[in-house]
Amino acid sequence: MSIENERVAGEKRRVREDGDEIGWDGRSLQEMLRETEALTEETGRYRGLERLEMKEESRFEYERLYSRLRGALVSARETALHVSASPIVREIGELCFQIYTPEGDSIAVSTGIIVHVHTGSLAIKWMIEQDYEHDRGIEPGDIFCNNDNDLGNVHTTDVHTIVPIFHDGELVAWADGVTHEIDIGGMSAGHTSPVHTRRFEDGIYATCEKVGKDDERFQDWKVRGERSTRTPQYWDLDEKCRIAGCHMIREAVHDIIDDVGAETFKQFTREAVEEGRQTMESRVQERLFPGTYQSTSFAAMPFEEEGWKPEQQRDHLIHLPVEMEVETDGTMSVDMEGASPQGDHSFNAAEGSMTGGLWVSMTQCLLHDGKVNDGSHIALDTNFPEGSITNPDDPQLSFHAPWGTIMPTFQSVWQNVSQGFFSRGFREEVVTGYSETSDTLQGGGTLMESMAQLIPDEVGDYYPIGPFDLSCQGLGASAVRDGLDWGYAMWNPESDMGDIEEWELTQWGTQYLSRQVKTDSAGHGKYRGGSGWEGVMTFMGNDEASLLKTAQPDVTFSVAGMSGGYPGSTKYAVRAHDTDLQARARQEEPYPVGDTPPGTFEEDIDGDIVRTERGTYFPKQFDNYDLVHFQMGGGPGWGDPLDRPVEKVVEDVEDQIFSPGTVEDVYGVVGEFDEDTLDFEIDEDATDEARERIRERRDAESMTYDEFFDQERQRVAEADVSDQVATMYEEVFDISEAFAEEFEAFWGTKGGLG
Amino acid sequence: MTEHGSQEETDRQQIAKLIEGELPWDELRNDVLPDPKDGQRFETTREIIQSKVGWDDPVLVPLNDKLYAVGTDDGRRVRCECGHDFCDLDEHWKEHARVRVREDVEEMEEIYPQHQTPHPEWTFQLREWFCPGCFAQVDVDAVPATYPVKRAFDPDIDAFYEEWLGKPAPDRRDGAAD
Repeated sequence: MSIENERVAGEKRRVREDGDEIGWDGRSLQEMLRETEALTEETGRYRGLERLEMKEESRFEYERLYSRLRGALVSARETALHVSASPIVREIGELCFQIYTPEGDSIAVSTGIIVHVHTGSLAIKWMIEQDYEHDRGIEPGDIFCNNDNDLGNVHTTDVHTIVPIFHDGELVAWADGVTHEIDIGGMSAGHTSPVHTRRFEDGIYATCEKVGKDDERFQDWKVRGERSTRTPQYWDLDEKCRIAGCHMIREAVHDIIDDVGAETFKQFTREAVEEGRQTMESRVQERLFPGTYQSTSFAAMPFEEEGWKPEQQRDHLIHLPVEMEVETDGTMSVDMEGASPQGDHSFNAAEGSMTGGLWVSMTQCLLHDGKVNDGSHIALDTNFPEGSITNPDDPQLSFHAPWGTIMPTFQSVWQNVSQGFFSRGFREEVVTGYSETSDTLQGGGTLMESMAQLIPDEVGDYYPIGPFDLSCQGLGASAVRDGLDWGYAMWNPESDMGDIEEWELTQWGTQYLSRQVKTDSAGHGKYRGGSGWEGVMTFMGNDEASLLKTAQPDVTFSVAGMSGGYPGSTKYAVRAHDTDLQARARQEEPYPVGDTPPGTFEEDIDGDIVRTERGTYFPKQFDNYDLVHFQMGGGPGWGDPLDRPVEKVVEDVEDQIFSPGTVEDVYGVVGEFDEDTLDFEIDEDATDEARERIRERRDAESMTYDEFFDQERQRVAEADVSDQVATMYEEVFDISEAFAEEFEAFWGTKGGLG
Repeated sequence: MTEHGSQEETDRQQIAKLIEGELPWDELRNDVLPDPKDGQRFETTREIIQSKVGWDDPVLVPLNDKLYAVGTDDGRRVRCECGHDFCDLDEHWKEHARVRVREDVEEMEEIYPQHQTPHPEWTFQLREWFCPGCFAQVDVDAVPATYPVKRAFDPDIDAFYEEWLGKPAPDRRDGAAD
């Protein structure tokens, strides 16, 4: 036996010699799972727990155990990430560790990408239902791997390592570590690619596979990683990072059991899950307002011109309605009836993806104290309709970029919850949404041989491109202040732009030319959304590089602001090929450092400039001295812009958040802006007149609801909408009778459009 | 009745500043944002709002920055802070609002720069909803053309007061003048 850890080796001998079931008290895991599900379903409480005996009677010991367990998870994350070489793991912290009950219910989760509260749960339950314990075998020292969204994951480049933890012949818990890979192979280079349509294009799929035993990975599994990814060194070291973290957690659990005994540990884990359920319900009662909440988001995929495969050469508009009920008992529901169907694209989001988005949202708005677990999940009912983009029934679809669906959807969830906060008086907790995390530059290149000699690296000359400064977007406004500028990612509350030098260290053939404020990207309002930013990158020392860009929102908005606030601006794309950058640099002439106002990028570069309203493009070839512009978005606003104090608008202009022309049109604030000193001198009379004029125009240019209804209804009757919108409705009507009836009842029509 | 945190009641003046958007960051960060929250926040907020509005009808719940559900002799109504009554609370207030629709790129470019707007070929709209009384902008929708007008929030007011606060709503209290 090759396990160096004597304790684990002993556990393995014990399990083999006993030959008993590995669940508690001689039961199988399947029996435990069935019993837990039945008790929970029957009583509405986790395993029917009437009381939290340990928490009530030994409160200190209970809290100490919770802190010790969560501390072990956080410590595993903070320590193990140094094993990784990937900058998105090591620099940005794109990893997370969880611990689960034998049945796969989350007990506690570390910091980091906490979308994974429930994902490992789904994967473990799937293995139990497939009877891995009797067929494939589950033994001390085993290592399992999963990145299949359909079985329990967020997107395919999140890769899980799952390790069983045994004591005295029984499986007492599971440790699960996740890292976000920069590459898992597949038809396009990248971690969240819009290019794929089917599973076969996504790269490596580990479908709850046993990839090791006796604490060692199988040789064939290691060879598969080496030969199937573009960046095998990151794949290998990230996996070692996950295994190291899981083993740290295993040791911590063994230490805890040595100290308090297995029975106490078991009781604690049960109570911790039930406490999570109770905490969720009490938070709902403390902060929200009973009632029904509705918000709808939209996601666009303008692929008609960009698509490679015939079936993907179409424009999609995705419908993402979110209805939430807050009940007086503190339970809550999220219903996405009417969501668009699954499709031949990579935005398909499995149940694990959606619940991932749900829990990373709830941990930021309702459950701040770190005690989120599957108990919270029990207190919240979800409906992600089967066959929809939020719960596909075809595992052969691509699941590479479900964030394209998750991010818009949870803007609506945030808005619904924020409505509850506001009505309850907790205005400071309101968040109107956020900019989705794009523009996402993804791809890779090959370093010129002469350059490769300058960068000694034994693994070769391919380098990936996947800067995670996209994690710094504008956050939406609250109901008491502006949104955070360039500092938020909904999927990782510890958002970090990362140092440019860090990205350049690994993206060898790229050079940043700039990062600067993206003026006029923030959503307007009494409180504005956080601003976005923009950057320009060039290429040097490449033999060849290929790059794609995804952007949301681009050809439509995803969601509005709240209470009279506007959404942040949309995004677009501009790039330059075959440029004169080299000559400009030699002659010390200016080069583009942004595109503000839009259209000025071209002023400082000659070459083949490609500019599109859509912000997404599929992989393009980039040569040395080509330029790529990218843009991070602004968050939505709150309240009527005319209620924004003039002095704040002055600050906006002087900080270049908004341009003078924009503030005159939207806020009615007029003045002289000195571009050299960045001073904005207000003309008070002109400002008063401009504000009055805006109010008068609202009267003159608006219509009554009845006029609006007649106008839009006429368009329904004539099907006077874009093909993208018409197709969205047709596809939704096909899978959701409820939405079709709602649409027809609203407009008083039959048979949809036309 | 819901149990609330044990933190001392948040200072009323602080909540008044919070509502006005004038609470300094250090107070917001240290006193208001952290857990546990002030268990009396709803009532304190409601009382401050009631003292500010220019009518005696009780505010039942704020719906957004401008609109309130209020109890009146004619039943529960949706009322703007300017005093304009939109409709009964059971109805959707947007059906009694004024609306301006921006769909053409020229209309969008009054709000956003060129290229930072929806593509005109996708027939996507901004619907700006105004109070007919004061022309305050009370909501904005971002939806495709012909998308039904949805009701963002339908509060269960009696359940909230009776089951969570343990008393009838202000307009259902015996002889209570708020």
